[in-house]
Amino acid sequence: MEALLSNGPLWWDGMRNTLVLTALTTLIGLPLGAVLAGMRVSPVAALRVAAAVFTELARNTPLTLVFFFVFFVLPRLGVTLDFFLSAVIALTFYTTAFFAEAIRSGINSVAFGQAEAARSVGLGFGLTMTEVILPQAIRSVVPPLINVIIALTKNTSVAMGFFIFVLTSVAQRLSTTNGDQVLQIFVGVALSYLLITVPLGQLADYLEQKWKVVR
Amino acid sequence: MRRKLTSVAGLAVLALTLAACGGPAGTTSSEAPEETGAPGAATDHPYGLEVAEAPEFDEGTTMAELAEAGSITIGTKFDQPLFGLVGPDGNPVGFDVAIGSLVAAELGIPFENIEWVETVSANREPFIEQGQVDIVVATYTINDTRKEVIDFAGPYYVAGQALMVRAGNPEGITGPADVEGRPVCSVEGSTPAQRIVEEYGADLQATDVYSNCLDPLRNGQVVALTTDNVILAGFVDQNPGEFELVNEGETFTEEPYGIGLEKGDDEFRTFINDVLEASYEDGTYASLWEQTAGAVLPTPEGPAADRY
Repeated sequence: MEALLSNGPLWWDGMRNTLVLTALTTLIGLPLGAVLAGMRVSPVAALRVAAAVFTELARNTPLTLVFFFVFFVLPRLGVTLDFFLSAVIALTFYTTAFFAEAIRSGINSVAFGQAEAARSVGLGFGLTMTEVILPQAIRSVVPPLINVIIALTKNTSVAMGFFIFVLTSVAQRLSTTNGDQVLQIFVGVALSYLLITVPLGQLADYLEQKWKVVR
Repeated sequence: MRRKLTSVAGLAVLALTLAACGGPAGTTSSEAPEETGAPGAATDHPYGLEVAEAPEFDEGTTMAELAEAGSITIGTKFDQPLFGLVGPDGNPVGFDVAIGSLVAAELGIPFENIEWVETVSANREPFIEQGQVDIVVATYTINDTRKEVIDFAGPYYVAGQALMVRAGNPEGITGPADVEGRPVCSVEGSTPAQRIVEEYGADLQATDVYSNCLDPLRNGQVVALTTDNVILAGFVDQNPGEFELVNEGETFTEEPYGIGLEKGDDEFRTFINDVLEASYEDGTYASLWEQTAGAVLPTPEGPAADRY
């Protein structure tokens, strides 16, 4: 633990990269996931099929393989990207599918009669979604979305094997020079992940209470 | 003698049991008598080592325990050409594997009774401390912080850090001083990675296995790969015409490779040191080297054991 405390800047390097990867992936993945969920419930069959195929492909591929593809296969196909950008792409590809499924489950939780009522008073698909369905769906969708973000936070550790210095890398690097404190260092790094994920869980609880629907 | 008879009986029982199960038992039961029988049995060893027959050790020593059990668990690398590289049959091959099997052979343990466990740079001390492995032979650099939690026998080889670049050296790197501020690939948690950052100010691009560094080096995303010369030589050998070592593999450090074992087991450490030094004398060491790393690197003189 002492090794970790005396290497503050190194710890922050890892922490910062973990936070930035999580934030960027959420910022890009969440809107994409919403679009994907919209496609899954849209009246256009082609959109539904396309979204379903993407979702199944992305969420059923192991994350390490996604990373492997972006880092080692894309360059062979002539697309060589910056390592950090590659990591964001890999994480976004994978996580978007989970965001989409969480949002879709929220949409499905809104009683079908709501949509029928909206359509019968003359609202189109777009307005039905944005004015009637999504405001109600968001309440039940917050807890699973936060779950996805928590999983994402921990998934960023896969990037350690792919040239990105994340929190897990801090443990790896410090354990070389401090062979006598390996266990303490890993515990310290695990606690650092909790610093990110526990507040996220509390945020979920808070929002859930705040937006609770009294039915 | 009694032990030998017991083990023959044991094998016979084992062979019968397996035969009763059918399938692959046929091969097992036909091999079994050969192992315990005639003197020619030693040639079965993949590195041509002679397995000691019922060696005598003092009661209560690790050697006695291992010899009694007739098996040993050895940690080694699974991804390092020439030293420890796992093949399609699941068994690693290389100089570390040969050295590990030499220690086993002196304990009377045949090659097929060695359990190989993959150890990577960061899990070697915990594996030894927790007793998940008996010894670690894994291009394992001896250093003082590691000595605080485990002990080292050896060294059995002195490697050194070097740089590998693309063939033709397009970036014009002549030594470690040239990589300051430039992207260099290595494995997170390894000594060479730490040194290239702290002493030479390289922009470390770290991964978990060295082989991941090859594609970024080919693509020019990193300018060099740095680690011990022997490992780099393996990559040069495996990818003909693609890579080269800076200044023909000139090293800028000394990395004495030791055999890691549980801290405080001085008798076992002395035993391994004796085995190593005897192998330098009788030519076994040179023979093991020539069968493995000798394919690329010149045969070294065995370094004197550090009997601390």
